[in-house]
Amino acid sequence: MRLLKLVPDNTNLKFVSLRKWAFGLTILLSLAAVGLVFAKGLNMGVDFVGGVLIEERFATPPSIDAVRTEVDRLGVGEASIQSFADPTVLSIRLPIPESTDEGATNALVKKVADDLAVKFPGATFSKYDTISGKVSDELISKGLLAVGLAILGIGLFAVVRFEWQFGVSTVVAIVHDLLMTLGFFALTQFEFDLNIVAAVLTIVSYSINDKIVIDDRIRENMRRYRKMDMREIIDLSVNETLPRTVMTSVTILLALTAMLVLGGHVLRGFTAAMILGIVVGTYSSIYVSSSLLITLGLRAEPEGRKGDRDDAERVGPKAGR
Amino acid sequence: MLDFPRWKVASIIGLLAVLCALAIPSFFSESTTSKWGAIPHKRINLGLDLAGGSYLLLEADTADLANSRIEAMRDSIAGTMRNGTPRIAIGDISVRGGQLSFLLRDPSQVDAARERLLSITGGGAGMSGQREWDINVVDTSRFVLKPTEAGLQQAIDTAMKDATEVVRRRIDELGTKEPTIVRQGATRIVVQVPGLQNPQALKNLLGKTAKLEFKLVDETANPADLVKGIAPVGSQVIPYPGNPQGIPFIAVKRSVIISGDQLADARQEFEPQTNAPQVAITFDAVGGRRFAKVTQENTNKPFAIILDNSVISAPNINEPILGGRASISGNFTVESANSLAISLRSGKLPINLKIIAESTVSPDLGKDSIRAGVLASIVAALAVIVFMFVTYGRFGLYANLAVVINILVIVAVMAMLNATLTLPGIAGFVLTIGTAVDANVLINERIREERRRGRNIVQAVELGYKEASRTIFEANVTHAITGVIMLLLGSGPVKGFAVVLLIGICTSVFTAVTFTRMLVALWLRKNRPTTINI
Repeated sequence: MRLLKLVPDNTNLKFVSLRKWAFGLTILLSLAAVGLVFAKGLNMGVDFVGGVLIEERFATPPSIDAVRTEVDRLGVGEASIQSFADPTVLSIRLPIPESTDEGATNALVKKVADDLAVKFPGATFSKYDTISGKVSDELISKGLLAVGLAILGIGLFAVVRFEWQFGVSTVVAIVHDLLMTLGFFALTQFEFDLNIVAAVLTIVSYSINDKIVIDDRIRENMRRYRKMDMREIIDLSVNETLPRTVMTSVTILLALTAMLVLGGHVLRGFTAAMILGIVVGTYSSIYVSSSLLITLGLRAEPEGRKGDRDDAERVGPKAGR
Repeated sequence: MLDFPRWKVASIIGLLAVLCALAIPSFFSESTTSKWGAIPHKRINLGLDLAGGSYLLLEADTADLANSRIEAMRDSIAGTMRNGTPRIAIGDISVRGGQLSFLLRDPSQVDAARERLLSITGGGAGMSGQREWDINVVDTSRFVLKPTEAGLQQAIDTAMKDATEVVRRRIDELGTKEPTIVRQGATRIVVQVPGLQNPQALKNLLGKTAKLEFKLVDETANPADLVKGIAPVGSQVIPYPGNPQGIPFIAVKRSVIISGDQLADARQEFEPQTNAPQVAITFDAVGGRRFAKVTQENTNKPFAIILDNSVISAPNINEPILGGRASISGNFTVESANSLAISLRSGKLPINLKIIAESTVSPDLGKDSIRAGVLASIVAALAVIVFMFVTYGRFGLYANLAVVINILVIVAVMAMLNATLTLPGIAGFVLTIGTAVDANVLINERIREERRRGRNIVQAVELGYKEASRTIFEANVTHAITGVIMLLLGSGPVKGFAVVLLIGICTSVFTAVTFTRMLVALWLRKNRPTTINI
């Protein structure tokens, strides 16, 4: 049987020579992402801004405007109504009632649900969330803390295991990935909620995974070809790991696409973010973190400690570890 | 690296077989597994987003607790000073700025007063070795009591422990299955009730403190003063929404005749004449005697039934009530009377709880999500399996076997740990499939590479596993770092995702590296191939 090879053997693509162009593109895209976030803002879910979210399932696809008119008529505050890929499901977001008493939110949800059930026969509520401002503030700060700590922790790990340049380049690449993800959410106005924080953290960890595989190979090649120019080493390492990079990305993308298409609307934003993250993360492994190593002045003969000691045993196949 | 003695092979296969077997119960419904008897049948828990149900986050009102603590101390001081021998006359007892102060009529009694204060404030040092109140004397005759922070924290802690218990009792009364009630941090309680369609009744139950008190009505109060909130000495003004006299307030004596703590039972019933729903209560022995005594002494006077600082009704004592039974009538519906009865039976909440976040998912949506999630997982797994096979042939087949076993092992570990599977958790599964495969991709690509460099089969396989293992280890450490952070800081969906991710990291290293290496080693040893197709 002939086996599939997505990437031919012994590729020798000159990634590094495109580095300047790629840097330009990266900076441009990052600026665009920041601009988008500031200009359009993120469509924050109730998790982060507080409020009431009611998800209603209708018997037949309703007109959003009709539902909006109906909810507005109830005088329960400004409603924002969103539809999903499944046209029979609508999410209705309302501000949390002024009154702090529990009965108030209860009454609100009941009022809207009862009214819709009358006006649109067969409509049933499928879920609702109520988050007070206090809790949503905590969720924001915890989410930011989580992402910050994750980047810091991984950066430290990279510094401890590799040279400091790897730590810096990795962190820069991750920040790039995060900006792209935020820009994507600003552009599409997909709802940004707690699930997305999980997605963002996973993007961070996958992107790192990718970088570590390449960094690992760069380190190995630095020890093997000690006189080689750094550019060549990076090109060689990226090319050597290219089959794996492509293979893994394709597999994960296959799995995620199945999730995106079949996984139901609740996870749609999550999977979309992940797919984008895989693509962006793969790009940044090559063009942000690896290329940055040259800029940061990583040398093929690092002064002493990590290189020399291991070198001898690493050449032979019998070296124990 | 490729040396697998027989005992090692046996133990790896044995371990994986046991784990896979432990995953089996999770694929059956609960009603099926409950009939298995002695066979272990721990199952994976479904989160609320999959099972449907309600999640409530309750927060305690600590300011209120601090206030009522001071109020209680005020009553207790007044009582001790008055009732002790010799009687210590005090005046101008007041609460201002979180401090309690009173004036001693006779400054020479300072030492005696301090002695008595120490006895009711838990002495110089409480059980924790910390004082609960700071007692100071200013201007020789004014005592100032200030609650200490440590004392307050301890009171909150005790109240929260009791409150969690009360919440549990109330929810149990609803007859829902498997509610989870967990205290979170210092002042919060998380309540999760799976399968609950309408959380209304639950919220009604938890929103009420159910502090029941019977107090005598102060009939000397002047209605004009009542509206201004002024009560005669020794009395207090309390809201009375249903007052037949028209003013929504009433004055009652400060001292409590009897409180909800002295109840033995409470049931919803119907008033025999009007058939209106009401709550019948039965006092315990001490309460019953006390109620009998007070009603004997105060026949033909009204008393107020106060629930959560609001008067429900103020009936007249027509005759002494000796049987230790009474009924509370008001504007009840069957439902509200029932809910009050439950609240009274389960005891009052020692601290006010507010619902600060809630989420309710209908079981239908949950079923849809499971169906979609499982379908997506199966399709994802199949796509990956086919892709791995066409790319790596036999080695892909081994990797696929590892992936399937890995999924079962994760399910088994989750079931053993009583972990909860949520929708993001299903996404975690899909991603774990991805990472596990990545390990095999790294290994297999390395083997291909080493073959290209001209190494022989055994060397290439050995080097492939060895070199790739280092990378796999490093990659998994970074995953674990983010996983742990998500687990510690995340809430709800993030946590559900992290659980699967972390378990997946541990199990996939074993299945994707050790297990496949064993399969490859056994095959190489048995067939001694001269060429490998990879």
